[in-house]
Formats: sequence, structure tokens, C-alpha cells
Amino acid sequence: MKKIYIKEEYCIACRLCEIYCQVEHSKSKKILKAFKKEKDILSRVLVEEVGYNSFAIQCRHCEDAPCVEACISGAMQKNKNTGIVTCDESKCVGCWMCIMACPYGVIKRDLSEKKIASKCDLCSDEEYPVCVKNCPNEALQFKE
Amino acid sequence: MALKLKQSEFEVIRDPDKCISCQVCVRQCSNDVHEYDDEEGVVLSDSLKCVGCHRCETLCPTNAIKIKRSESEFKNNANWSAEHIKNIYKQAETGGVILTGMGCDKPYPIYWDHILFNASQVTNPSIDPLREPMEIKTFIGRKPDMIHIKPIKDKQGKILKFENNLAPQLEISLPVLFSAMSYGSISLNAVKSLAKAASEFGTFYNTGEGGLHKDLMIYAKNTIVQVASGRFGVDKNYLNSGAAIEIKIGQGAKPGIGGHLPGEKVDINVSTTRMIPEGSDAISPAPHHDIYSIEDLSQLIYALKEATEYKKPVGVKVSAVHNIAPIASGIVRAGADFISIDGFRGGTGAAPQVIRDNVGIPIELALSSVDLRLREEGIRHKVSLIVAGSIRSSSDVIKAIALGADAVYIGTAALVALGCHLCQKCYTGKCNWGIATQDPYLTKRLNPEIGTRRLINLLNAWSHEIKEMLGGAGINAIESLRGNREHLRGVGLNDKELSILGIKHAGEAW
Repeated sequence: MKKIYIKEEYCIACRLCEIYCQVEHSKSKKILKAFKKEKDILSRVLVEEVGYNSFAIQCRHCEDAPCVEACISGAMQKNKNTGIVTCDESKCVGCWMCIMACPYGVIKRDLSEKKIASKCDLCSDEEYPVCVKNCPNEALQFKE
Repeated sequence: MALKLKQSEFEVIRDPDKCISCQVCVRQCSNDVHEYDDEEGVVLSDSLKCVGCHRCETLCPTNAIKIKRSESEFKNNANWSAEHIKNIYKQAETGGVILTGMGCDKPYPIYWDHILFNASQVTNPSIDPLREPMEIKTFIGRKPDMIHIKPIKDKQGKILKFENNLAPQLEISLPVLFSAMSYGSISLNAVKSLAKAASEFGTFYNTGEGGLHKDLMIYAKNTIVQVASGRFGVDKNYLNSGAAIEIKIGQGAKPGIGGHLPGEKVDINVSTTRMIPEGSDAISPAPHHDIYSIEDLSQLIYALKEATEYKKPVGVKVSAVHNIAPIASGIVRAGADFISIDGFRGGTGAAPQVIRDNVGIPIELALSSVDLRLREEGIRHKVSLIVAGSIRSSSDVIKAIALGADAVYIGTAALVALGCHLCQKCYTGKCNWGIATQDPYLTKRLNPEIGTRRLINLLNAWSHEIKEMLGGAGINAIESLRGNREHLRGVGLNDKELSILGIKHAGEAW
């Protein structure tokens, strides 16, 4: 499957990936409206920074995804065809077992409405994930 | 504390309706212009610190930032310009030489913009480069005095055999090379972009005086290695690594003066590449201390040729100065295979402003006078001329070739392709575009893969344009244009300028 690969040597810590991820996962999908009118949209990609080293990390869509195994309600599923791990928000009960199990720390608690686990869905509606598309230095690459 | 002039060069204009306080600008500015106010939840900008590099404007996701020239003005005075006044304030405060970066920005005449190129009409056919062959390849190096051809017989019958022993040549697929820019003055990622683009496109980049980094050895075939007055990183291995050697006597932006890479920029990598202790200042003396005459230069040229077994062309780079024509003649006689002439508008990582803006001559005049002088003396074929010092477009290239150049060097143009916005603050080491800096936080900003792609795009675009212009003039090979001044006409130039350029005024026909 196509995955997002990280080239940390070119991550410039601008965090545009986070910003565009927030926009993509907002209701309006418009940057000004999303930031001015909507509250607390979570980014599903995280930029980790220590000194001048930085990289953007999002769900790795693991082969043997520990979050899927840990999920008590069956909300977290790995699609057999696409390989994408998604959280079915209607089934998620907010027990946070997935967060405990995730070795990359890329699942967040979304407390804005009902408690749900928020994670990268690889922007499956788009040709490229928005974080990849908007990285100004091509530090994120989407490939097989 | 004495009063200080507080006048910003630029005004950062932030549209509050568009600003989403995402802080990309805060994170990207190495000059600390932008600051996030936690309490108010807004980003504030200090225009005083802005250098006008447009990094924030380029990366702002909502287009909320505009950088405008600041309006604050002095009383009108044709003699005392704002620049003179501000420089005096600065010097009264610091007592120092005013430093600057990039090329001369003063309004001296730009002769390229007063020269027009020809096209065919009726009496000779123009050529469509998309449908007919067009050669823009050329060779840099000494050409033979005479061609010796011997007719011999083989199985197919009589053929002619070329009997000359040719001097080593550099083959370039477009008469454009990347100028000398050292690793140290620019980042390794910038050098990598230049080196990779040169090797993929089929041209050359120049190490400058910074030595050859081990990561760049794979591009050795497309490297011109420089030997400058500091002799940084020079040993037999270095000389033999490159495709050609260039002795640097001077640089267009600062003729007659040396260089100084401050110790802070000499990290472990720069130190290994330059073969000097880490943290020590890298000082290039103003002259080569072993070259005080043409005869001395000849000794170095032949020492380098000996070291490389006469397998590589050895050239000499000089700045365009008043007596450039006889100097060039001397360089040819000293044994150089190519001469690089750098005009006074050539760029630099750091130079005293007074030198950059007041010393040297325009490359157009230097090129023309050197070409004409070498022809008069019958030695033009012994040397290739590469000119530099603000080649901004494909039309500048074609005009330079018609004025007698074999090829051109591009430095500033290449850096602009890599993202440079000509803010002229290279000497601060805070380049927000990751070019003129060694700060690991900033150098990451230049991804050499993107850089290579952009440089190759630029060279491809110029190739197309050059072919179009050549075709329009009915010429099918760039070498047929070299020194072909009949294809040029001047506009708005006086008789003296026209005679130095060796061209007719527009409107004058055969």
C-alpha cells in the first residue's frame, strides 16, 4: 500500500502539515473559516521537535496494528483492501486503549463532541494526503 | 546610550482578517521579526528587524502577510541620498566597514539592456528549432593554432584523418556553467543542488575556494576545482578530482580584496573540507603571495598542469578591471586554457559595500574589449572566455556569446532559482532560504532534490529560449554566433560605448 514516508533531514518545522490537516478535517474545509469559526480541530499529524531536528509523524497504518487489536468496541479497523487503519467514530467509546497501545503516539483524544480517538485517515478522499501535498520542502512523501 | 536611527527598510503588513495565528511566520523567520502573543492570541511583527527576504510571505498559508518598502523618508536631497545618510549613521555608531552581500545594486548602465539581437527576414531563412536540428553544445579549452589533416586510405577508400593532439576540453551541453560558490559561503545542500544539476544536465559547477566535500565526489566529472589565494582544501587528489582547474585571482564583487570566512561558520564539515582547524577564521589573502606577475602566474598554471599530467584545462578567473584586455592577453600567454572574467555586478557572500559598488567595470565592456584585443593579437583561439557578473536571462547569454564569450557563468541566477530573494544579507549567516548559511536549522530548508529540479528546469527553459533566438536569426549552432557582433545593435549608446562593444547602433545597416 501507499504510505507516507518521512525525510526528517528536510523537515523545516514550519508545521504547515498540521495546519492543512486541521483544515482537511474541519467541517468547512476552508482555512479561514476553519481557524476563525470552528473550535479545537485536531491535527492528525504531529511535528516532533528537539533542537533543530524535527519530523512530522502520523499513523503508520501498521501491518499488525496494535490499536486494532487493543480496541474493545471494534471501532478501530484495518481495511483489508486499502490497508488504511481508521476509527469508526460511531463505534468508538473513548476508552483510549488504542492510545495506550500505539507505539508511535499518533492517536489523539478528540474531546470536542463525543469522546473519540482521532487519527490519520490518509485523506482517503484525496489523491494525496494534504500533509504531503502541502509540505513546502517535500519532507513527506507518499509512495509504495 | 546614544540615540540610534530607527528606520525600518520594510514594513510587515499583516491582514488581521486573514491571519489565523498559525505561527508559520514565527517559526520561519531567523531574524525574529514575528512573535506570538500568548495572552492576546495574535502574532505581532517587528518591522525593524525585517530584511525583506519574503520567507514568511511565501509560506503564509492564508496570504495574510505583505512585505512593503517602508515609507519613512528624509528631506529630498539629490546629493545626500538616504543611503549615504544611513551609512554615516551606521559608521558613526560602529566605526566599521559596511558589509553587504550579492552584486552591486547601483544604477550604473546595464549594457545588456541597451543591446538588441537580430532576426532573419526575407533575405535569409529563419529556423524552427522544434523541427530542425539546433546545436547549443560547446567546448571550453585551448583550440589548436592550425588544423592538421592527413588523407589516408582505408577499406572504404580515401578518408581524412585529424592529426592534431587536442588540448583537454570541457564539453558543455549549454554554454552556461554554475559560478564558483564555495561550501562555507553557501550551504552543502546548495552546493549539492548545483553539483547534481550540473551532472544531470551536462554542464559544470565550481567549488569556489572551499575545497571539495566528500559527498560531492560523485559529481567530480562535472566539477571545476578552484585554487584561490587561501589554497583551502588543495592537494594533488583535489586537483585530480575535478574536470578542470580554475585559479582564482579576483572576484567581480570585490576586485583586489581577499575573503574572510568567520570562524563561527567553520564547523567540523567545513573544517575538514577546507583542511583547516575547526573554528578558525578562513582568510583568503588579497593577492596570491606567489603571483606578482604574469610569469609567476605561468609558473602556477604549469605547476597545476604538471600535477594533473596535462589532462585537465587550467583556467584563470579575474575580475573585470580597467586594464582587463592586456591582463587577459598576459593570461593567455601565461598558458591558461580558459579565462573567466567576472564583471562588477557579480555576486558575493560578503564584501565591503564601498568596494562592491565602486570598483571594477561592467562585464559587457570587459568582454568585448578582451575579445577584440585577443583577436587583434591573433591569440583568441588559444583560450576560451567564460564571462560572469550578472547574467540574468537567456537573452543576456546570447548577447554575451555574440560579444565574444564561449560560455557564461551564472551564480546569482542559480541561487535565485534555489529560492534566493536578493535581500543582500548573506554575510549575516541567517539566510532564511537555507542558502548562505551553515546553521543546521536553516540549511535543512533547501532540499537538494527540489533544488536540482529547479536548476535543471531553469537550464532547460534557457536552452529552449536560446534555440528560439538562434533559430530566429537563422543560425543553427551556438558556435556560429560567437563573436558575431553583426547580430547585435545598440540602442541609446554613445559612439565610444558602441566602439568598445564593437557593434553598430540600431538603424545602421550594412
